[in-house]
Amino acid sequence: MPHSNHPTRNPHLAEQFETLAQQREAGTLGMWIFLATEVMFFGGLFTAYAVYRHRMPQGFQLASGEYLKETWGSINTAVLLGSSLSVALAVHAAQHGMRKLLVWLLAITLLLGGAFLLIKAHEYQLEYHEGVIPTLRFTYDGPHANEVFVFMSFYFTLTGLHALHMLIGLALWLVMLIRAWRGHFSAAYYAPIEIMGLYWHFVDIIWIFLFPLLYLVR
Amino acid sequence: MNTSLQLIPDQASTTAARTDALFLFILAVSVFFTLLIAGLVIYFSLRYRRKSPDERPKPILGSLKLELAWTFLPLALVMIMFSWGAIIFFSNSRPPADAMEIYVIGKQWMWKFQHPEGPREINTLHVPVNRPVKLLMTSEDVIHDLFIPAFRIKHDVVPGRMLTQWFTATKVGEYHLFCSQYCGMQHANMNGKVIVMEEADYQKWLTGAETGSSAADAGEKLFLKYGCALCHSSRAPTMAGLFASTVKLADGSTVKADESYLRQSILQPRAQVVAGYSADLMPSFAGQLSEEQIMQLLAYIKSQKEVAATSQAANNSQKEGDSPSQAVSNSQKEGDSPSQAVSNSQKEGDSPSQAVSNSQKEGASPSQSVVKSQKEVASPSPAVSKSQKEVAATSPAATGNESP
Amino acid sequence: MSKVIDYASALPPLPAPDYLHDGTGLRSWLLTVDHKRIAVLYMISLTFFFMVGGIAALLIRLQLLSPNSTLMEAETYNRMFTTHGVIMVFFFLVPSIPAVIGNFIVPLQVGARDMAFPRINLLSWYLYVIGGLITLYAIISGGVDTGWTFYTPYSSLYANSKVVPTVIGIFISGFSSILTGLNFVVTIHTMRAPGLTWGRLPLMLWSLYATSIIFILGTPVIAITLALVGVERVFHLGIFDPKMGGDPVLFQHLFWFYSHPAVYIMILPSMGVVSDIIACFSRKRIFGYGFVAASSIAIAVLSFLVWGHHMFVAGESVYSAMIFSFLSFFVAIPSAIKVFNWTATLYRGSISFETPMLYALGFIGLFTMGGLTGLMLATLAVDVHVHDTYFIIAHFHYIMVGGAVMGYLGAIHYWWPKITGKMYPDIWGRVSAFIIFIGFNLTFFPQFILGYLGMPRRYYTYPEEFQMLNVFSTAGASILGVGYLMPLVYLLWSLKYGKPAGPNPWGATTLEWKVSSPPPKHNFASIPLVTEEAYDYTKEPTNAA
Repeated sequence: MPHSNHPTRNPHLAEQFETLAQQREAGTLGMWIFLATEVMFFGGLFTAYAVYRHRMPQGFQLASGEYLKETWGSINTAVLLGSSLSVALAVHAAQHGMRKLLVWLLAITLLLGGAFLLIKAHEYQLEYHEGVIPTLRFTYDGPHANEVFVFMSFYFTLTGLHALHMLIGLALWLVMLIRAWRGHFSAAYYAPIEIMGLYWHFVDIIWIFLFPLLYLVR
Repeated sequence: MNTSLQLIPDQASTTAARTDALFLFILAVSVFFTLLIAGLVIYFSLRYRRKSPDERPKPILGSLKLELAWTFLPLALVMIMFSWGAIIFFSNSRPPADAMEIYVIGKQWMWKFQHPEGPREINTLHVPVNRPVKLLMTSEDVIHDLFIPAFRIKHDVVPGRMLTQWFTATKVGEYHLFCSQYCGMQHANMNGKVIVMEEADYQKWLTGAETGSSAADAGEKLFLKYGCALCHSSRAPTMAGLFASTVKLADGSTVKADESYLRQSILQPRAQVVAGYSADLMPSFAGQLSEEQIMQLLAYIKSQKEVAATSQAANNSQKEGDSPSQAVSNSQKEGDSPSQAVSNSQKEGDSPSQAVSNSQKEGASPSQSVVKSQKEVASPSPAVSKSQKEVAATSPAATGNESP
Repeated sequence: MSKVIDYASALPPLPAPDYLHDGTGLRSWLLTVDHKRIAVLYMISLTFFFMVGGIAALLIRLQLLSPNSTLMEAETYNRMFTTHGVIMVFFFLVPSIPAVIGNFIVPLQVGARDMAFPRINLLSWYLYVIGGLITLYAIISGGVDTGWTFYTPYSSLYANSKVVPTVIGIFISGFSSILTGLNFVVTIHTMRAPGLTWGRLPLMLWSLYATSIIFILGTPVIAITLALVGVERVFHLGIFDPKMGGDPVLFQHLFWFYSHPAVYIMILPSMGVVSDIIACFSRKRIFGYGFVAASSIAIAVLSFLVWGHHMFVAGESVYSAMIFSFLSFFVAIPSAIKVFNWTATLYRGSISFETPMLYALGFIGLFTMGGLTGLMLATLAVDVHVHDTYFIIAHFHYIMVGGAVMGYLGAIHYWWPKITGKMYPDIWGRVSAFIIFIGFNLTFFPQFILGYLGMPRRYYTYPEEFQMLNVFSTAGASILGVGYLMPLVYLLWSLKYGKPAGPNPWGATTLEWKVSSPPPKHNFASIPLVTEEAYDYTKEPTNAA
């Protein structure tokens, strides 16, 4: 196989590709397609949510108004937008081969992502004490109890799934941070950072939909 | 083994012949195209089979004319099919106003029918010939589907919803009635028969089969028993003339007081509150009333439509109505017990679904015995009334076993 | 032309080992990232699942031999048809051609050394196997009795069987489909050899591309829907429970939003296979190439707009039923275009009748019948009568078995020489294709009549007047079973005793036939340059056997 041990072949170029440009194009397209899959994945849940939001308006308003922490939700939105900004800057830094800046920006991203998850965990804890976690601890028996139950089910399914995506993202960012630290990336090879950036922005956008849908039910 | 081969089932309703005509049209189109394609493939295969290994046929890239032809010709044909099918479907979706109404409840694994005049049956449905019959259907557990092949009708029976279908039988006889939506273990035995009778025979059967009060009377008893009448005379809207009227709601919108609105108002009173009344007054009856009881209440509310004009007189007769139906109430109570037992077992089943399924397992053999005794019922008219009572008597016992 | 010369011409000066001999031992197979080896892994595992589903089918037919059969109890029978449906749909038909043939053929036909993401490709096989094993565990340890459609609230509240592990298994294998589709789309987009423009792609690639779109957009919806059923069963969220105000019919909407397009996942790849085979064995460019290619994409797009036609009698409004009926008829058009174009391709061709061609011609006939009976189901008034009866069973088996399985077997017979480097005895291939065609029709044609007479599906016992047609059907099923066993025998036989195939036994033109059989590990020593249109059969192929 002449190509695989070609002397001038870039070590980051996988065997099946001809050029780095082709590899980057494939990676980027792959991520976009994966995100299309994710859109459909969340789309099914959003559809189900919309149907019940329409059927149970009072219970949803009541549960959202009483039990979701609008303030914490807003802070989290800001935190997540901040992390998106740091990711955008990180991609820029990677493009220009600025290793140190890249490492710093990735560290900030990890920090902000972690903060988001901590705040979310704190909210879950409050909800546990209020007894509005379906199956685990659900003590609410006021008006529209069924509807509140269904709303909280959706709330935990949706935010839980989003948090899972955040966790996976943070794990991958950690890998990127280590690779950046070791100097794997350069102005010629930075596709992984760029592609991870796409994923992170997507997770961010999902939250931008979740926040008004769940926290701002009027 | 039955060796007579039938290709088209009995046509025993007004819809049957219309559906078959459309089916035969599509069949003719299909046969034509199948033969055309098969014929061409076989002809070309023989005519142009490879004669020497060096053959290099001239490529033919295509023909826009042909492509357009076999795009738009089929399109025109299928649009005919669509329109034809849609017309029949649309007219079938609207029952005539004078249709006789029969309530249907599907539960694992039996069909319960309640005639407006009172008789209830299980797995057998007696109907008069040449009279439109509207089925008001709901389910106590999973999704079922009431399918009568000879009438070419079928509709799902969905828990939590009241769905309808209708037919006008045109031929006296006995026809299959199937559950065609998979509903669990004894799905294949959740079937029975429709017995189409001459009007006179039907009336005779009705009087012979009288085992309980009419649905509306039973509903009235419930209306009093649950204290509905206390509020639904002053603090809440009265029932007189309510059915099918247009109701103005608290949020300014209006809604037609049909079966599904009334049903929802019983189960979720706060969902659509009538303008001018308090939202917190009425409790929800979800879980307290069986589907059968809700249907009886609906029948009662509907019966109040005619009374509206002379409401004062009606009020009186309502009060008088209390005592005579006392005798009926006993049989009514007996009749209730199976369904209550079911709803109990369902309630328990709510948290772990295991409980429900256990009760299902046990329910298996009794329901089979019902099916068996049902077969005895088959013989028509006078004899039916007797064995019908037997069925009514056995069924509570049979279903009673279901609660764990 | 001998094998030695062929190696020399393809790969001077090193006689590199072919992919089957490049590394031996279990490890070299289980950790391979070579798309061809992954295809072989898929082929072995799919054959296993096909046999599991097939045995269930035979037992179902045996039970229905008599109206009051005592072979199985109701409980066992319900588990049996669910096993048949779940295994055949999710673990055989959906992956079949894409996973086995697609994995092997896509990089070869685009002229690439491998898929864009070889490791993800291997991951998707593992996901498939893990999902399959979990589902098998569910079936063995108690079974599942909801039908492959998992309708709520039966599946979420009432069923007393292993619903949760089954949906977990399907959920996991769903990601296998998503990743396979992702790999195909990226590979076809970014790794086509120079000169291989979209207008020159073999129609097989067009259909796999269309299939991948459905994998990518449809599979996540079924994944989340089945996950909700599982979550509802375990945690009782109330989403599909009418007593909690939930809506059981919402499940059907979400389910069919995927599962209707899934029907096209099963049939589209077969259409691609048939296009390639017909072109090859009539030595002609496919008539109306552009229309056939575009109709694949049209089918993929339209398939997402017609799910409501599964719910004409489920309580959807009259008007939405009409819209869904109207849209459903439009799917018929691209399918009709394909059938007419294949037929026209035969006109003035040079037609020979090796085994793959027999399967392709059989496909045209059976798919035509399946498609035309689909018109009856799209017609509102007729569907009311035949919905959930054996008419539906017959219709979708004409599409899924008459279409998809015939296509799969055609593809196996067409590419077997390329995959293994060996020829199978063609006469046995023809005999088995013939037996399968006869057995299939005898099994499923009577079911159309049964269905119109009103026999509902999923009945373990039935009224006596339906017996004769059921006996025909069971007789057909046993013939069909023999037909399916035959290829298993002679294909395995050919591995050892088959004649060497040479690089291009059929004289085909697509790129995979330009490398040796079996192909070397990295397919092409140097990336080929494509200068001709697809299916250019005007010249003598350069290295025909």
